[in-house]
Amino acid sequence: MGAGHAHKLYRHAHSPVHALPPHTKLAAVFAFVVVVVSTPREAMWAFALYAVLLATVAGVARVPAGFLLRRLLIEVPFVAFALLMPFVAQGERVEVLGMSLSVGGLWGAWNVLAKGTLGVAASVLLAATTELRELLLGLQRLKLPPLLVQIATFMIRYGDVITDEMRRMRIARESRGFEASGVRHWGVLAKSAGALFIRSYERGERVHLAMISRGYAGTMPVIDEVTASRAQWSYAFALPFAALVVCLLGWTL
Amino acid sequence: MHVPDGFINAPVSAVAGVVAAGAVAVSLRGARRELDERTAPLAGLVAAFIFAVQMLNFPVAAGTSGHLLGGALAAILVGPYTGVLCVSVVLLMQGILFADGGLTALGVNITIMAVVTTVVAYAVFRGLVKVLPRKRRSVTVSAFVAALVSVPAAAAAFTFVYAIGGTTDVPLGSVLTAMVGVHTLIGIGEAAITAATVGAVIAVRPDLVHGARGLTAPLKLRVNGELVDAPAAGPAPVPVAARSPRKLILAGLGTSLLLAGVVSFYASANPDGLEKVAADQGIDAKVEDHAAADSPLADYGVQGLSDARLSGGLAGVIGVGVTVVAGTGIFWAVRRRRAGEAQATSPSSVPENA
Amino acid sequence: MDPVTVSKEPAPPSLEVAGLAFAYPDGHQALFGVDFTVGRGERVALLGPNGAGKTTLVLHLNGILTGGAGTVAVAGLPVGKQHMAEIRRKVGIVFQDPDDQLFMPTVREDVAFGPAAAGMKGPELEARVDRALAQVGMAEFKDRPPHHLSFGQRRRVAVATVLAMEPEILVLDEPSSNLDPASRRELADILRSLDVTVLMVTHDLPYALELCPRSLVLSEGVIAADGPTGELLADDDLMRAHRLELPFGFDPRSVAAGS
Repeated sequence: MGAGHAHKLYRHAHSPVHALPPHTKLAAVFAFVVVVVSTPREAMWAFALYAVLLATVAGVARVPAGFLLRRLLIEVPFVAFALLMPFVAQGERVEVLGMSLSVGGLWGAWNVLAKGTLGVAASVLLAATTELRELLLGLQRLKLPPLLVQIATFMIRYGDVITDEMRRMRIARESRGFEASGVRHWGVLAKSAGALFIRSYERGERVHLAMISRGYAGTMPVIDEVTASRAQWSYAFALPFAALVVCLLGWTL
Repeated sequence: MHVPDGFINAPVSAVAGVVAAGAVAVSLRGARRELDERTAPLAGLVAAFIFAVQMLNFPVAAGTSGHLLGGALAAILVGPYTGVLCVSVVLLMQGILFADGGLTALGVNITIMAVVTTVVAYAVFRGLVKVLPRKRRSVTVSAFVAALVSVPAAAAAFTFVYAIGGTTDVPLGSVLTAMVGVHTLIGIGEAAITAATVGAVIAVRPDLVHGARGLTAPLKLRVNGELVDAPAAGPAPVPVAARSPRKLILAGLGTSLLLAGVVSFYASANPDGLEKVAADQGIDAKVEDHAAADSPLADYGVQGLSDARLSGGLAGVIGVGVTVVAGTGIFWAVRRRRAGEAQATSPSSVPENA
Repeated sequence: MDPVTVSKEPAPPSLEVAGLAFAYPDGHQALFGVDFTVGRGERVALLGPNGAGKTTLVLHLNGILTGGAGTVAVAGLPVGKQHMAEIRRKVGIVFQDPDDQLFMPTVREDVAFGPAAAGMKGPELEARVDRALAQVGMAEFKDRPPHHLSFGQRRRVAVATVLAMEPEILVLDEPSSNLDPASRRELADILRSLDVTVLMVTHDLPYALELCPRSLVLSEGVIAADGPTGELLADDDLMRAHRLELPFGFDPRSVAAGS
């Protein structure tokens, strides 16, 4: 789970990647991941090239390798799943270190690990070089339904506030000597969750009041509009375009 | 359960994306109807709540803990449409911000975790609330069952998606048994917390639980310290009319039928493959090794005999399918009868909040 | 201290409330017939203990709550469906919790929200935002996210979001709550420097005395008293009857009331 606060994901810097308009970056990352996913898994060298491409972007964006690798830990649960595959998949089998492994399973595990890791790395780079506000503007610009963008905006704005309320309730519980240690304490946790829901919902109602007090009538006024020049688009799409070349090579070779 | 990139093949991911987009579009309209212009702030805050509550770890046993998925909770508290929207937005943000769940798998993730969980939970919840006596306790019990069913339902949906679009040829019986088995355990935790949370909300703000809104009393004026009835000025605020859950129940029924049908078809269409794998003693040993290391999987490794496991898997599939279908069918039938009686006896469908 | 200047009115009063009663959907009735008037340019405090119906009353002033009995008029305009946009521009409500009020991702967008919703854009909008932020001394925080500000700063930005709409009347719900003494004084200075009608809802009696020449006491859903703030605070029986208590050692007679 992404337990961190949103702003911890972003690494402030002034780089060409940071400066790109958010919607070009979102589109580029999405295109890149699509290309990676459609690459045949047998072309192992292609995935190495993708990794090199991402490393280049990380270099240009001045995102340190350590930061990137730490963020990759998010996919650990699925790594476990991938590692299971060679044991349970069917088909032709090979002996590796005295274990009988499925060839198909090995390919499957490789496939998930390579593509999943590249996908996560691309997303991490996006989040590290784009501010939250920018991401929302980018989504809006990419014609996501406005209501959805608004909901996401409120979620981001109040995520910290709600998480903070939850933390305060936990501190209050623990100050009174309560420590959740087993099933017996689920009731207490659930009461906290219930209280948190009521607080969140009531805050939603108050926010709504504050909004209509200032003339809200169902649509957000457009205050900022992000635009991108042709040069910025082509700059952003250098990544998926290079990936596409690799992918095509992977299919033909 | 966030699916990463490369797990499901491209065509199926694309189809799931279309399904998810359609479901979100329907929910946007539905939520607008439920909340009108309050949709954005309320759904946004509920999404923030779901996001926060997913971080609320509950201890399961010494050392291990689980966390809430929140789909059932969202459906029961704010209704299915808003629920789908909130969970979808949480997934979207998790995908973009935290790289939790692949971008190309976003459709799969939304379909499984936002749509299936929420719709199944809501259908079961409404069905039970209609059938059970109108007491506050019934709402809690219904919430428990709804959450309990919703998690393995999502696991089954995952297996279904994996069956048609998985990139690796894994015996489906084991995937399903493992997924449903593990998620039934998770579902118990989810159910307990969901039920208790709904119970806690009902105790304090019953009007916030979707479909359970309070009634209005006539206004009074304080004139010289005496209370007198005020003249009725305009219509009193009308409580949101409880919508007919029939469509949802039918949709749930259809989905369960489809799921159960397709999954058991797949399971029974590949008995050769399953038997072949199961007969391979080497793998069996490996599976058992792993099962011993990873306790939730024990369910499916301990049986030892391959045929027993195979039949267990199949029985599981069919059992889940039949139970869901039969259950939904019974709710539906009983609900119709009850609805007739209830209309005669009670003016409102709101459970008693005394 | 000037006597109340309600009656002489060439222009309609900023706010006129008559016979207002309201009950929530859950059956709880909060207002039982409220009548009062606030003249243009006045600064009036609305005093009352917790649960007296203060916030409920505030929500009627710009038509967020309706459906009860009675009427509200803002600058002669009745609060009702047909003038709602105009009413909401004229009545600027600053809510108690600035986190509820500051819902946009940056201070600038938040202050711009109201005017932008009214259709303003471009350099005009930008100038309006800058002016409002300058009025509360928060100009340099323009591009910060609201949740990175201190509580006092957030309250000031909340005031700016309302000032940006150039309201006829500024309604503040518990403006001094949770403020440290310095932030409290800064906010008082800002409020005194503004040239608008102010209705300040509070149970902070010294703050009311400092800022508002006239006070209303709302108790059990009706206006129980209306008069110069100093006189009301000095009336021990009245204060006790309505659960209003002065802080320890505070004597309203010894303090020069605000202008």
